[in-house]
Amino acid sequence: MSLLELRDVEARYGPVKALQGVSLDVGEKDFVAVLGANGAGKTTTLRAVSGTVRRSGEVRFAGKKVRTPEGAARAGIAHVPEGRGTFAELSVWENLRLGAYTRRANLNEDAARVFGFFPRLQERRDQQAGTLSGGEQQMLALGRALMARPRLLLLDEPSLGLAPLVVKEIFETLVKLNEDEGTAVLVVEQNANIALASASRAYVLEVGRVVVEGASDELRANESVRRSYLGY
Amino acid sequence: MIAAFTWTEFAEQIVSGLADGSVYASLALALVLIYRSTRAINFAQGEMATFSTFIAWSLMNHGFSFWAAFPVVLAISFAGGVLVERVIIRPVEKAPVLTIVIVTLGLALLLNGLMYVIWSGGDRSFNGGFSSRTIKVAGAHISIQYIGIIGVLAALLLVLGLFFRFTKLGLALRASALNPESSRLVGIRVGWMLAFGWGLAAMVGAVGGMMVAPLQFLGPNMMQAILLYAFAAAVLGGLDSPVGAVVGGLLLGLTIDLLGRYVGYIGSTLKLPAALLLILVLLLFRPGGLFGRVAERRV
Ligand SMILES: Nc1ncnc2c1ncn2[C@@H]1O[C@H](COP(=O)(O)OP(=O)(O)OP(=O)(O)O)[C@@H](O)[C@H]1O
Ligand SMILES: [Mg+2]
Repeated sequence: MSLLELRDVEARYGPVKALQGVSLDVGEKDFVAVLGANGAGKTTTLRAVSGTVRRSGEVRFAGKKVRTPEGAARAGIAHVPEGRGTFAELSVWENLRLGAYTRRANLNEDAARVFGFFPRLQERRDQQAGTLSGGEQQMLALGRALMARPRLLLLDEPSLGLAPLVVKEIFETLVKLNEDEGTAVLVVEQNANIALASASRAYVLEVGRVVVEGASDELRANESVRRSYLGY
Repeated sequence: MIAAFTWTEFAEQIVSGLADGSVYASLALALVLIYRSTRAINFAQGEMATFSTFIAWSLMNHGFSFWAAFPVVLAISFAGGVLVERVIIRPVEKAPVLTIVIVTLGLALLLNGLMYVIWSGGDRSFNGGFSSRTIKVAGAHISIQYIGIIGVLAALLLVLGLFFRFTKLGLALRASALNPESSRLVGIRVGWMLAFGWGLAAMVGAVGGMMVAPLQFLGPNMMQAILLYAFAAAVLGGLDSPVGAVVGGLLLGLTIDLLGRYVGYIGSTLKLPAALLLILVLLLFRPGGLFGRVAERRV
């Protein structure tokens, strides 16, 4: 049984049908990427998992149905949404405290771990999140998600708008988390190169449907995937 | 036209202005606590506070001292506020703001009627927790009651400030008001936070009611004028800002008192319109109020 299972998930925004029957699996300790053109439904897929969009079909996490965003968070899913979802008016430290909202454990221990990954956040501890640079904000979004000690991380385009070096740093952190701590990762990316290099498996979406799925290596060898998403 | 000025009298005016202002501030704070999360002005805030004060009155009639009744009333008010949100506001939560406002107006009428039914209207005197004597400080006669009111507001603000800043629940309340969707993603039950906010607001308003009742008479309409002042204070401070509401309340109290006393032709009849005019002028220069944010809201 997979950690996360989506079966024939449909989602709509009013009259717009964004997902038309997506099935997808993320195993325990898996690192999975979702690729696709703009408007393919990548963001909506993540939103369907955390329950931030109206959907039908089945979404199960660790065997249990996921119904609401707060339920998803309490079950161990940390969703870093498109646009990061940090609290611009609150300080870095307050954002991190909110990340640990569902936990009772020692805040400082979790924070020390996050500061280990992103020392920059420690230097900016008392700064308003809205005044951080784009890269720092992405670190904060990720750091906040890590404060929850999630079993599954959902990331929506973590590379968006960031310098290549920062992107590399963030994906290295993700791989490390996945390998050392067994955190499962489901990441949506435009940057297919780095996503396929980090993930073990991937799905390709087109207009709300899965059109290709397989191991990252297979996808990299796939002629049409290469032309559409890898650019060579 | 200008009344003779003495420093001792000026000090007395400052204290009474701050005491009035404290009452406006507490109601304004209650309005802001609700406005921040529901985006609507709670027109029932005054009636809720008066209702709480009537409960205090009943408890005191059954042998409670004021200070014994005080925490009981706060607890009942909190529960009442939560209940109101769950039962009356929740069903219209996603409706346009105007709908919510109308619902709060209806609630005000309902509570007002209930007070006439339960306590059969009629103004009655209410003995507060402070002596009505004055003490002499450097020649000025300072009312113990006024000092007490100011002290209670200060204590209330301190407790609320610590709560919002340092507790997990306080942080979750702030987060829910700022960004409900992200709050749900970190596991906060935003619906309950709304209810909690109403509970807090009811409590803060109740403090205002119990403080002001000894200064006037307790009746179902006791808070109606005060709610207007409180609304003005909240707008002055910037509807989004709790600190602004408090500063606005204190400033309004001071201004009304000082205008009424020192600007002869304004006197007691014109002091309210004069104060409101000042606020209007100020808002021309700072449309978001003293502490508000203007259209900085990101999507
Ligand atoms: N809030 C919304 N209201 C209406 N339609 C929406 C909304 N959000 C997304 N859609 C539509 O749903 C479809 C899928 O959108 P989605 O955001 O999931 O795409 P995406 O793959 O994440 O694209 P991008 O790479 O541009 O982020 C699109 O056709 C989009 O126009
Ligand atoms: Mg997207």
